[in-house]
Formats: sequence, structure tokens, C-alpha cells
Amino acid sequence: MKSLHAHLYRCIVIIVCTLASFHASAQMENDGIMIPKNYLCPGIMYGNSNWSNYWEGTYKRNNGNIGTVNTDMYSLMVTYGIANNLIATVSLPYVTTHTSAGTLHDQSGLQDLALNVKWKGVRLQEGSSKFAVFASITASIPVSNYQADYLPLAIGSHSKDLTGRLVVDYNYGKYFFTGSGAYMDRGNIAIDRNTYYTTELIYSNQVELPAMSDYNFRTGYRSKYLIVEGVADISTSLGGFDIRKNDMPFPSNRMNMSTVGGNLRFRPKALYALEFTAGDDYTVAGRNVGQANMIRGGLSYIFGLKTKKVQDNYYKN
Amino acid sequence: MKRHLHPIGIALLSVVTLLYSSCRKDIVQTNMQYPALAPSNTDINADSWKTVLVTNPTVFTVAAPPATNSPAYVADLNEIKGYQRNLTSDQQALIKYWSAGSVLRWNEIMRDLVAKHNIPPYQNLDGTYPAPSSANPFAYPQFPFSNPPYAARAYAYVSAAEYDALVTAYHFKKQYNRAAPYTVDTGVHALIPKSALPSYPSEDAVVEGAAVEMMKLLFPTEIAYIEQQAANERLYRMAAGANTRNELDAGESLGKQVADVFAARARTDKAGAAIGTSTYWSQLATQTIAKGETAWVSLESPKRPPMLPLFNKVIPFLFDTATVVQLRPGPPHSTGSPEFAADQKEVMYYSQHATRENEAIVAFWADGVATYTPAGHWNAIAANEFVKQNYSEVRWARNFALLNMAEMDAAIICWDTKYAYFNPRPSQINDQVKTLTGIPNFPSYSSGHSNFSAAAATVLTYLLPDRGTKFTDMAQQAALSRLYGAIHTRQDIEVGTQTGAAVGQYAVQFGKSDGAGIGQ
Repeated sequence: MKSLHAHLYRCIVIIVCTLASFHASAQMENDGIMIPKNYLCPGIMYGNSNWSNYWEGTYKRNNGNIGTVNTDMYSLMVTYGIANNLIATVSLPYVTTHTSAGTLHDQSGLQDLALNVKWKGVRLQEGSSKFAVFASITASIPVSNYQADYLPLAIGSHSKDLTGRLVVDYNYGKYFFTGSGAYMDRGNIAIDRNTYYTTELIYSNQVELPAMSDYNFRTGYRSKYLIVEGVADISTSLGGFDIRKNDMPFPSNRMNMSTVGGNLRFRPKALYALEFTAGDDYTVAGRNVGQANMIRGGLSYIFGLKTKKVQDNYYKN
Repeated sequence: MKRHLHPIGIALLSVVTLLYSSCRKDIVQTNMQYPALAPSNTDINADSWKTVLVTNPTVFTVAAPPATNSPAYVADLNEIKGYQRNLTSDQQALIKYWSAGSVLRWNEIMRDLVAKHNIPPYQNLDGTYPAPSSANPFAYPQFPFSNPPYAARAYAYVSAAEYDALVTAYHFKKQYNRAAPYTVDTGVHALIPKSALPSYPSEDAVVEGAAVEMMKLLFPTEIAYIEQQAANERLYRMAAGANTRNELDAGESLGKQVADVFAARARTDKAGAAIGTSTYWSQLATQTIAKGETAWVSLESPKRPPMLPLFNKVIPFLFDTATVVQLRPGPPHSTGSPEFAADQKEVMYYSQHATRENEAIVAFWADGVATYTPAGHWNAIAANEFVKQNYSEVRWARNFALLNMAEMDAAIICWDTKYAYFNPRPSQINDQVKTLTGIPNFPSYSSGHSNFSAAAATVLTYLLPDRGTKFTDMAQQAALSRLYGAIHTRQDIEVGTQTGAAVGQYAVQFGKSDGAGIGQ
């Protein structure tokens, strides 16, 4: 059965932008693609998010005191094939934020180091139909002492997060559908104040962040050289509180967002180990987040550590 | 289809799981750790302490308590025994919470309400701003917008009313000299530290009555919440064996009577007109420009009217209105002067060199939107110190009254200065001055944080001399946080610190002459 193992590869970062921040996680955690054992895939990714409208609770507004909030992210990542059914990815983004209006100072810094381990557990094939199930765990940890309690310009939530995700991937010929669900637990954070107001005054510098769920659906065309896919994502806080009218945002707000978008991924025939990616997501609904448009582009290169052989299809499921 | 996890994968998963296993913890709040109040001194002679507004305790009505062998008193004891036979976990939690002290907990309730209502109104569609109305408090924006001056005044009224009410209560406590229920009847258990202080009228209920009555005026949309807190406290006193219902009724009634004196003052202290008029707002700019100075302009979008420009007319507690003008500092550096440019350059330096340490200092002291304001922060600082002192309730009240009268009067002096000079913020002079926290919507000179902090530190240093320079060091950091945050110039904070300390001295003089001393 080993020959049926997927020798597929993906190395791209999805950018989830909340009102607060970018959060980087390896997109490979929610797709149906792996890389072969003893192959290494370093990559770089740039992303930009911007929004001028946001939801204060459920009330949509803009704000002349911030104008447009712009976030740029530059991320490095490396994926390694531990086994043909097990890969690990490490990513580290550098993030800068900026407002177009008002007096608030920009923020920038290294954000969170994330480690994702993804395991391909089940694979079934019948004719042109292929079906696979994956399980993954992602852990992320802040690598700099950035300020979380500085919304909407904080570069992240400064929490240690742990995410479990289950992915199903169905392939029929060159068409595919991938669906996944995830649960993210977020550790308490320490802020620079010793008192803060949620729905009451809390006398502590510790803030409990709500856990989150995420559902991700993607479908499209997948060949040896090209992936074109449409993506929908629904991310929901399992707790937290609403921003009150004209109040400031806070890290433990109930932040929900639904996005739709797409990705284009391409490998040139002449240099098949190289991958170009580009994508865009647009926020269609949200709560206590900015209505962000998020674009991204990336470049990665895959090679074997023990063999120079270029695999014949890195997009194969 | 045999599948197994690779050893490296298992190792990675284990590391990840271990890393996160102890990540999520219950939050421990500092104010929930306070022990039950066990005064080291009952301050039995507090009936002779100098009050703020009350001049004669005998004008208030406190009927004689029923005799301890009367059916009414026996019924009250039976009520307590009934609670104590079946104490629920909720009631035990109430005892744990409220036993830390009545003045303390009502001060915290105030801080909570200040934070809740400290949100500037959202603009109208035409770019103007609605104002809260005490006549229609539930309409948006709800009354009040508890911004720093409003909050300082609110803390002062509640604290001073509680203090006068307690001093008055001591008059009646000594007159009626009723022992606590657990002393009268051994069948009543004292679930909190026992006190030798006469228990009629209840000092807790006096504080509660005064606080509730004042807060009805100051936070009219919160009356249901406030009354629930009052009911909780009364239940706590009975369930803990500390007071009978009759003692609570008498205390609450007295507290309300004394608060009425303060409420009458509050209704006519000119705070209601502090918002000013659009004509007055324009006049402030015109007269500043006529002097050849750059006038303050709101940096909000849309431009918001300046915060409470007539707060300087509010009648102070510690001195008369003529003194307000006397305490006003000289003018800031002319906006065209080299000194002003040098100050501006220093602000720009801190804006461009925002270290993480400075960010933390700025955030710690920011006390902006949805916080208890700088005055509330100093109340929290004071409370954390006072809990270590084992004060009596009356001394708690007196010390908070001194602190908060100083805070309110510092707000008056500071606001007088701000609108006398109508001086621009650094970010108005140069829009490249980016701030590390939200920029306040009122003139720059002098710094409010510096005034509030220096006034508070002066009072607290007098009350707790063994703390050395602790409070002045904190006040200095609070003041400097506004320079680090690129909100204020060095002159703003230096002058603000001077005027704040001067106001604080008035409270110290009050304290030195009120007969209470600094206590144990």
C-alpha cells in the first residue's frame, strides 16, 4: 500500500486577520496534501490585510480615528517529511500594523512561532475516487514580548494556542473537495494593566481568552502543475464579550469571522520543485473584527535530503 | 493498511501537549483575596472627628433601638439564627466578599460603575455628538459619561457622604450603646471577627445607605444593580451574626439622611453645566488665538467638543472658588517659543523610541476609555494599602474622603488650567507625533494624570508615612507615562505635578485638623 501514500506537498500560510491581529498558521493543516519522507520544503510568504469597516458587536461601522488598518506579514516556514504519512511544519511571521488616520502608534515585531504536525490516517481509493482523512495538531507560542492589549494595532494575541484539526479530502479525477473542523484552545495572557473591564471590572493582569472553532471548506481543480481552489472559512469564538458602542476592542472579545476567497498555486514544468502561490480572502460576515480583505503571495522550494530525485507529482493525493 | 505513528512524530506531539497542559488557569483577582476586616482600633471617639458637610448629628433621626428583651429584638435574633442554621454556599460567598469591609466594597462597586460608563458617546450621522442627559438617563448616550472629572467628583461625593454618615452614626452608637447580636445572645454565631463597637445603628448599613443614595444620583441607570448589592450586604450582616435587621434599617436610614445633604450640594455644585455651550467652545479658541497662541483643536474625527470646559466652576470641597483661581499655574511656554519647540522635540523622541518598557508603563497608567479613570486607579492603590492597616470602617471612610476630595479638587484645578490656556497637544502641533495610547479630548496643559497622581500621592504619603516615597514614586511614573506615551510635554507633567501636590496639601491640612490623626 505504500505506493499509494500521498507524496504531496503544500507549504503556504493562511492569514487569519481578526480586528486585533494577524494570526499565522500553516495552511497545510487544513488541506489534503502531504510531502514525502525526508523531503524538506522551505518557503516565504507575504500577506497583507486591510480594513476600514469593522463590527462593534454586531453593529458595522467605520472610525475616523483609525481610518484604514493595514497589516503586513512576512513569514518564513519549513516543512519536513518525517514519514510518508507524517509531516511537521514550523512557521514564524514578522508583522507590522499601521493606521491611516488618528494618532495611534504603529506596532511591529516577530509574532508567534507555530509548529504543526499532520498525520494522514486513512486513505481509500476506488476508480477515480480517492478519499483521505488527516489529523493535525498546531501549537503556537509568542516569540517576542509584543503588546496584546493594544487593539486594533496589536500584532497578535500573545497567547499560547493549541489547535486540533480533522481534515477529510475527496478527490474525483482532477476535482477535489476538502473539509475540516478545528478546535483551538488559547492560554491566558498577561497584559500590562492590573485591572480591565469586560462585562465587569477584573482585578488581575491575567486575561482568559475564549476558545475558538474553525470550519474550512475548499474545492477546485488539482493537477500536477496547478491548483485552483475556492475557500470558505468560518471562525467562531466560543465565549468572550462584545465591544460596546464606541468602546475600545479587547483581546477577549467574541471575535467571529466568515471569509470567502481563493488560491492559485502553480509549479513550472522547467523547475518543478518551485511553487508560486497567490490568494485572497474577503470577510463577508463578522463580529468584533475588521471586515478585512487579505491577499497573500508566496514562494517555496522542495527537495529531498537523501535523494536529489524530484517527485513526479507533489499535488497528488 | 497497517499504519503507525513515527517515533519522531510521537515525540513532537508529546512536547506540544506538555507545553500546553498547564496553560489555562483560573484567574485570581487581587480584590477577592482581601481578608475579613478586623479593626485594630474601633476609633470609638470618631463622633468628635471633623466632618465635611454635616455640622450637627442631632438633626438626624435615629430612633432608640428596641430593648433586648422585646419581642421585636428577639424576632430579629431568630431571623439571624434561621439564616445560620442553613447557610447556603451563596450566603457563605457573600460573607467572604462583604466581610472585607463596607467602605472598601462600595468603593469597588463605584469603580466598576465608573469603568462601565466611561465611554465617550458615538457621533450622530451629521458629525455632531449627543450628550448624556441626567433627565433622560437611559437614552443613548446613557447618563453619565463617567470621564475623569465626572468620576473624581463621584468618588468624592460618595466617600465624603459615607464619612460624615459614619461620624454621625458614632454619635448614636455611643448614645444607644447596643452590643452586637453575638454578644447579646450566645446562640448567635459571629462568622466574622468580633467587634466591641456598639452595633446600633449598623456601620455597614450606614455606609450602604449613604452610598446607595449618592449613587442613585450619580449612576441613575444602575439603581437596580446598586439596590441588589445593598440587599446582599444586609443579608451578609445578618447571616454573619453581626447585625439585626433593626440595626441595619436604622443604619441605612441614617446613611440616606446624611447622603441627602450631599445630594443637595451635588445638584447645585455647577457640575451639571460643565459641558458648556457651542458658543463657549468657540470663545475658548478665539480668546487663545487673540493672545497669539495656537489654540487647542480636537484630534478626534469627527471633531468632538472639549471635555467639560466649565468643570472649573464646580464648587470644590477643600477650598473656596477664589482659591481655584489662585492655584492656577502661570501660562505654558508660548506655542511659538524655543522652549515649546524643545519640549515638542522631546515628545517626538519618545514617540519615535517607544520601548517595550515604556509601552508597559503607558498602558499601566493609561486609565482611559472603559477604565475606572486615574482617580479610580488611585482608589485601587489606596485600597490595596488600607486592607493591610486593619482600619475601622470610619477610618476607611475618612481616608477615602480625604483622598477623593483631593482628587475632585485636583480635577477642578487641572480643568481650570486646561481651559484658561487652551493649549494644543503635541500631536496637534505635529501629526507625526504618534501616541502609545488614545489621545484625550481636551487641552494639554497641564497633565491630568500628573494632577490626580500628585494629589493622591500627597494624601497617601501623609496617611501612610511608613511607605516612604512609594506613592510619590508611583505618581512620578504615572506622570512620566504621559510623556513616554507622547500625550504630554515635560512642562505639562511638571506643572501638573506641582498643582496636584498643592491640592493634596489641602486634604492633608484637613486630615491634620479633623481629630482622626493617622491612626493605627
